[in-house]
Amino acid sequence: MADLVSTVVAKYNYWIYITLMMIGLYAMIAKNNLVKKIVGMNIFQTAIILFYVSIGVKKGATIPILQYSHGHDAHLVVHAADYVNPLPHVLMLTAIVVGVATLGVALALAIRIYDRYNTLEEDEILAQIREEK
Amino acid sequence: MIWQLDLAILTLVVMASVGALMVKDLLGAAILFGAYSFMMCLLWSIMGAVDVAFTEASVGAGVSTVFFVAAVFRTSRRTKD
Amino acid sequence: MKIIGLVISVLTGAFLVYAAVDFPAWSDPASPASTYLSPHFIEKTMEETSVPNIVTAVLADYRGFDTMFETTVIFTAGLVCFFLLRTIRRKEPESRHYRHMLTGVTIQIKEGHKLPPSADFERMDSLWTPPDLIIKTACRLLIPFIQLFALYVIAHGHYSPGGGFQGGVILGASIILLAISHDLRTTIERMSEKLVAILCAVGVLIYAGAGALCLLLGLNFLDYSALAPLLHVDPISARSLGILIVEIGVGVAVMCTMIWIYNNLSSAGKYNQGL
Repeated sequence: MADLVSTVVAKYNYWIYITLMMIGLYAMIAKNNLVKKIVGMNIFQTAIILFYVSIGVKKGATIPILQYSHGHDAHLVVHAADYVNPLPHVLMLTAIVVGVATLGVALALAIRIYDRYNTLEEDEILAQIREEK
Repeated sequence: MIWQLDLAILTLVVMASVGALMVKDLLGAAILFGAYSFMMCLLWSIMGAVDVAFTEASVGAGVSTVFFVAAVFRTSRRTKD
Repeated sequence: MKIIGLVISVLTGAFLVYAAVDFPAWSDPASPASTYLSPHFIEKTMEETSVPNIVTAVLADYRGFDTMFETTVIFTAGLVCFFLLRTIRRKEPESRHYRHMLTGVTIQIKEGHKLPPSADFERMDSLWTPPDLIIKTACRLLIPFIQLFALYVIAHGHYSPGGGFQGGVILGASIILLAISHDLRTTIERMSEKLVAILCAVGVLIYAGAGALCLLLGLNFLDYSALAPLLHVDPISARSLGILIVEIGVGVAVMCTMIWIYNNLSSAGKYNQGL
């Protein structure tokens, strides 16, 4: 029992990130409205970015901008354990900006669907498509 | 990394995401999504990812919310879901 | 559908939780992600590129190929929005409304007739509402400072958090603020559609062109030390200047894509009134 409690306390961050991802996944599958599906997609994306950035955290480290890099202290040796791991940050910068571009395309598609079918609910759109056949 | 602050902001993040998916007014969902993005930005600032937090603050809590509001304005605002 | 969604989410969540038991402990300096390549980046950035911001150096120099294609993806997304919303055939509305700006009188011109062009009349829609004076004035005073801050963020990305993406998004947001507080037509008068589209492509061209220039000068693609004889500096400062050039390209491309997508979304392609 103490083993389970210590496991929960050590890893609760990862479990909350997994909960966020599953909220986003459920919204993309089960919601009827198209805009809610798009919101779910964005929640999923940001939760994954949160998970990746949390991998790079180090205890007692500072932000990944080199200190004392100019002036008479410029020859100090840099220790890698003093700075947070910058590699996940670089990958996730790309991911965020590509996410907003995808959001723009998804909303443009939603506007076109609304122009054609005059509704954004998925079941009504499917019923209209079935009637037109 | 103060764990109390971390836990408090994580709770707010989960509540904002559940709220954005359950309101019946799409404009409210867009604004709650902006609040969710901003809470994420705070989390990343605490973890030391300042570049990522800067990008998420400008992109997620700024431009992304404006895109959502523009799209909701051009389609309908109520939803039954 | 809701029950299927719930079952799938819960099963995937349980599987991920089971996998998370094996993860390294939170904030461990010896975790596998921080052991192989990132110590090299942290320790060698200053002596190889003389850029203190490690994230900018890795993004634009060590992983510059990824960033070039990311800029291309952003440009493609703007292009897709344009093709989805702007290029469909629409009928002209039967009557157009004009408003005399000094007195507020609105006139309606039916189809086929024309209004002689004059500076006192502005075009409007049937849903037109007057923009609020306080908001208009406050935004007009704020926008130059926002743009100045965005240029600072792009140029100072070597020494502080920032860089091309963040500065480009803030520049785009300043023009979107102009479009929200005034009219979409005001914004189109200042930055026309053609200018936005061409600038977006020019941004991608700056990035790829810098890489091709390095190739033409004899070294690898996107190896900025080849620019050293061109800029009359030593190879390490040439890398720092090369990072600045590509960040400017990225900033221009991102700014124009944000403006482009907003123009198309807020008017659903018709470019009339906007929000």
